[in-house]
Amino acid sequence: MAAYRYSVVLLAFALLVCDSTRATPKSDEGDTAEKTKSDIADDIAPVEDVHTQKSDAVSQTQAGRTPNPETPESMQKESLRQWEATEINVDTNADVQGDEEAPDRRDAEATDSVPPPPPPKDQFQEELVIRPLQSGDIYASFQFRTRWDTDFFQQGKKVAHYRLFPKSLGQVITKFSLRELHISFTQGYWRTMQWGQPFLSAPPGAELWVWFQDTVTDVDGAWKELTNVLSGIFCASLNFIDSTNTVQPSASFKPLGVGNVTDQRFLRYAVLPREIVCTENLTPWKKLLPCGSKAGLAVLLKSEKLFHSSFHSQSVHIRPVCQDWQCTSTAWELRQTLGVVFDMHTSGQSRREWSLFKMFSRTLTEACPLASSSKVYVDITDNSQGELFDLTPATPTLSQAVVLGDRRTYSVYDLTTPEPFGTLRSLNILLKWKTTEAADMLRPLLHGERYVAGYGLQTGEIHTLIYNNHPYRAFPVLLLEMVPWYLRLYIHTLTVASKSRENKPSYIHYQPSKDRLRPHLLEMLVQLPPNSVTEVTVQFERALLKWTEYTPDPNHGFYVGSSVISALVPSVVAMDTNSTKEHPLFSSFFPCKEESAYFVRVYTEPLLVNLPTPDFSMPYNVICLTCTVVAVGYGSLYNLLTRTFQVEEPSPGLAKRLANVIRWLRGVPPL
Amino acid sequence: MGLLSDPNRRRALTNLLTRLNTPLCLVCYVAGVAWFMGLAFEPFTLRTYMSENAMGSTMVEEKFGAGERALAAGREFAAHKKKAGGMPVDWLVKAMQSRGLEVFTQSFSRTLPFPDENKERYMVRGTNVYGILRAPRAPRTEALVLSAPCSPGSSNNQAVGLLLGLAQYFRGQVYWAKDIIFLVNEHDLIGMQAWLEGYHHTNTTGMSWTPLQGRAGSIQAALSLELSTDVITSLDLVLEGLNGQLPNLDLANLFYAFCQKIGVLCTIQGKLQRNDWDTASGYNHAVQTMLLMVLKQASGRPWGDHGLFLRYHIEAASVRGINSFRQYKTDATTVGRLLEGMFRKLNNLLERLHQSYFFYLLPSLSRFVSIGYYMPAFSLLALILLLRSLTSAHALDLWVQLGTPAAGTEDGLAEVEQVSSPGVLSVLTPVVISHLTGVALYTLPVLSQETAVEHFPVSETEAVVLTAIAIYTAGLALPHNTHRVLSGEGTEQGWRVLKLVAVLYLAVLLGCTALINFSLGFILALTLVPVAAFVTPHVPRVLCAFLMVLLSPGCTLLLCVFVYQELQEAPVSLLEGWNLFLSVISQGILDHSLYGSLLYPLLSLLVYPCWLLLWNILFWK
Repeated sequence: MAAYRYSVVLLAFALLVCDSTRATPKSDEGDTAEKTKSDIADDIAPVEDVHTQKSDAVSQTQAGRTPNPETPESMQKESLRQWEATEINVDTNADVQGDEEAPDRRDAEATDSVPPPPPPKDQFQEELVIRPLQSGDIYASFQFRTRWDTDFFQQGKKVAHYRLFPKSLGQVITKFSLRELHISFTQGYWRTMQWGQPFLSAPPGAELWVWFQDTVTDVDGAWKELTNVLSGIFCASLNFIDSTNTVQPSASFKPLGVGNVTDQRFLRYAVLPREIVCTENLTPWKKLLPCGSKAGLAVLLKSEKLFHSSFHSQSVHIRPVCQDWQCTSTAWELRQTLGVVFDMHTSGQSRREWSLFKMFSRTLTEACPLASSSKVYVDITDNSQGELFDLTPATPTLSQAVVLGDRRTYSVYDLTTPEPFGTLRSLNILLKWKTTEAADMLRPLLHGERYVAGYGLQTGEIHTLIYNNHPYRAFPVLLLEMVPWYLRLYIHTLTVASKSRENKPSYIHYQPSKDRLRPHLLEMLVQLPPNSVTEVTVQFERALLKWTEYTPDPNHGFYVGSSVISALVPSVVAMDTNSTKEHPLFSSFFPCKEESAYFVRVYTEPLLVNLPTPDFSMPYNVICLTCTVVAVGYGSLYNLLTRTFQVEEPSPGLAKRLANVIRWLRGVPPL
Repeated sequence: MGLLSDPNRRRALTNLLTRLNTPLCLVCYVAGVAWFMGLAFEPFTLRTYMSENAMGSTMVEEKFGAGERALAAGREFAAHKKKAGGMPVDWLVKAMQSRGLEVFTQSFSRTLPFPDENKERYMVRGTNVYGILRAPRAPRTEALVLSAPCSPGSSNNQAVGLLLGLAQYFRGQVYWAKDIIFLVNEHDLIGMQAWLEGYHHTNTTGMSWTPLQGRAGSIQAALSLELSTDVITSLDLVLEGLNGQLPNLDLANLFYAFCQKIGVLCTIQGKLQRNDWDTASGYNHAVQTMLLMVLKQASGRPWGDHGLFLRYHIEAASVRGINSFRQYKTDATTVGRLLEGMFRKLNNLLERLHQSYFFYLLPSLSRFVSIGYYMPAFSLLALILLLRSLTSAHALDLWVQLGTPAAGTEDGLAEVEQVSSPGVLSVLTPVVISHLTGVALYTLPVLSQETAVEHFPVSETEAVVLTAIAIYTAGLALPHNTHRVLSGEGTEQGWRVLKLVAVLYLAVLLGCTALINFSLGFILALTLVPVAAFVTPHVPRVLCAFLMVLLSPGCTLLLCVFVYQELQEAPVSLLEGWNLFLSVISQGILDHSLYGSLLYPLLSLLVYPCWLLLWNILFWK
């Protein structure tokens, strides 16, 4: 793989990467840092963020800080009391806005804060969410968000001066007229049954999907060039994306930013399930951050720990968002996320205890000076009375958010203030479990699974199982399957069955493959009955490849990328009958819109399929050679046996022939 | 070419072939047998070597050290098994969960076509429990399997204990690149069949099972573990699978390499390796080992739980711990280290095991005979059939006519018509009738068991086996009945055509069989070829009839039972042998319906009718 990875393209675009040095704190460090800090000091207004994704729509309330940090118990109780008040505030004041893709809730404080001073043209936020998982593992999710109020496509004005936004990506946006770009690199498979839903799901390997501006004429050409450029920027084999693994989904991948262009001609989607993600992909990813890995949360991103985990996923999302409430002009948002799950068994040495230092072998000492907000959240929802684990240092700040249809409570550490660092000037969050028993497997509301059935190398069957574990609600899902051309799908064998009864999809979009040109694309909208398993099966035949088309390791098998299940899942908050305990009655009769359903994308596992492979070794050559020899031998033998032999007159000499010609001219019979 | 194109030389060649036919056939037979026996002679065989790069040079340091704890877990398992009177599903699920695995269960049920008296089961109902160790940062595309059968009685508890111990140890390691499935299957092969069918969502044998909830991609290799004692003296490797399929030789090499490294006595077919190949007893030992392998492979039944994996192109072997009360003792820790080493090397695999041989015979663990070496032995036997068909054809002027000038003008179609016109019916009738007998032999025993039980004082199993033997014997009366069906007397030409058909039929049959399962093809060739070569209506009938019955497929099976017992160093008396023979027949029929073993249909539908054709020739009037 390394040989591919360091492809020629990489060399070509190394220049581009080197070129993209931005205003990092190296050059005018003191100046910028001081300025930012002072900005933050007198700017208490939170950032207005209308079009953020659902998953991190955080409604945050600052509880009053207790003056005496020696009594964490009383502090927690006090803060508990205080949420209720703020929660009412949130529920009644929440002004639900946003589009259907990502319904959002506004920050609660935004309503009662003074009109904010004009925000800077670009700003950077960083946050880390730590979620102790039910299995005892721990999930850490980093989010870095750079927003820039600029327009890359303004007529006659070229964007040349970059501050926080990485220049390499800005240039890519301008050059290829991108509307949205989503790229993710994932090593490992997210175990929904053990870990629940991730904040941002991604399939194993590399995934890239791009919406181009509708001004682009040659989308395929731009896509080809773009993949090569990104291959250089992210040091990955994205240059292996070509027409045989690119599709244009009609429904599954809608734009996440502003604008309502939904013409799939400008969408390209590709997955490389075989891509292996490692440090060489992490380093260029870190370089895109304004502080690099020098300060702020990014100091925790040490590859030797990140790749010593059960799951690693990093992604870059670029999209246009609204600049203000009226949405008169758009800003560009670059969101870099990195999710990692640490394994309790292998790194915990059977002591269920977590700390930042144990996870990342670093502690936090400061926020990124360029960041307007820098926060660490720890999910303490299941630990409201401290029965599951102890969290030190305790923090008085709590926050509630509806994440993935579930109301979660978080402890918040604001790194822009000096409190969390304490006297040691470093923050090392410690999480000590009180129980040692591993929990049972979860039953996530939506869950997908896929496998190849059958044996032998001629035919097979792809089974996709979609679980709806909701006890009483049916909901529709969009299933996208992208199958390479060398598995020839028999689309007439497509069956969709739930509870052993046929379940007719209400929408099917099928694009047949063309050998060596494009893959199969199958999209369908299926209604999942409550508490059911829906099985989608389709048979296929394995194609015989040309001998040059086999990979160098043909006996490893060929990958088929994950299928994608996108759905609006009914929220568990609405399912929760005990909500009256925590919330006043008048606030909880009608489920709020954003709580009634949430958007989830689930990826199934990729498949490894064996194709009929010739034995590329000596016996194979021997067989070929022998067959040739036998064919030649048999041919001549057969010839000899079937042909009748006759004694042929010796051909007349030249003189005789000449004489005959003369005789024929004379009209005399020949000799 | 010149030899064949020249009519005179061609005639000379055919004359030579027909004149020397009998001596040539004898020479071929002797040479074939001698070649086969020579395969076990060490200088003629190759030393095994690791072909797979990914498993070869990499170093693995085994650190498993929890053998005692594993045995304790085995004892706990035994206690719970006794309490539950079968598979302690709940306990096992908890035990696997506490070791950090994702645990799933699968229940299955199967009604056998007739009661299995050896294992005393008829309506089988059970549950498989398996736990998946998810490899960190792996996308669930590849998996390895470690299985241990949950056998009735007190056997194999240690294997389950060791499996749990290994699961716990493996869970703490970071180097896994493939998911590892730890499977405890109930009712040994039936449970394994249910699990494999569930995993691959196929249904070849009509078993009912609940679908699996968790999977781990395509399985690359599997090991089945069978341990029944706390202390073992040697480990036996079992390779023979369903229908004579064998796993890739690299799996055997891997086992041997680790046995050498860790210093464990390892055997194959229960026989230790000896170094004195140049002595008669050393050679004898190697021949015995090889013959055992040939007999086991020819039987076409899975000789361990691994045997069913091979159908799905999963390389698998069984490791069986044996306590033969030698001085040399190995504890569970050592076995655990051996398995750890093997799994770590399999984990290193980048491709499926494909580098080494799939067709081989093992006279010892360190020596192997590849397909290129053993095939000539069979070819020599098959050559006899071709030579004989040549002379039959010669006698019929089929082939040689081509060379004679008189026949040169005629086209082939006319010749065939002219020759076979006296006997189309006389040839076709025996062919059809003997095949119908074969069909009866295949279908009737199982179908008619109820009738048989009603009318005779026998159990179902006995009924099936005895019906089979009865139909088999009834087939011997066929020649007389065939002639009654025929209108006129059989002609000289008639039996020659029939013989030509039978001999060519046998040649094709044996050739195909030997390609799939060399051992079966060779054993059948060894007994059927002499019959096919020398049977005519003009030989002394009684003596020949006796010899033919002796060399018929059924008697070959009986003979094999005795030879197998002799080689196992457990000789049996005639009566015991006969009982064993009966149980072998019932097992064969069961294997066919339970796992899809092909030996029974092959013998009853193809080989037996073919032999009946030859029997017909003997009694040609």
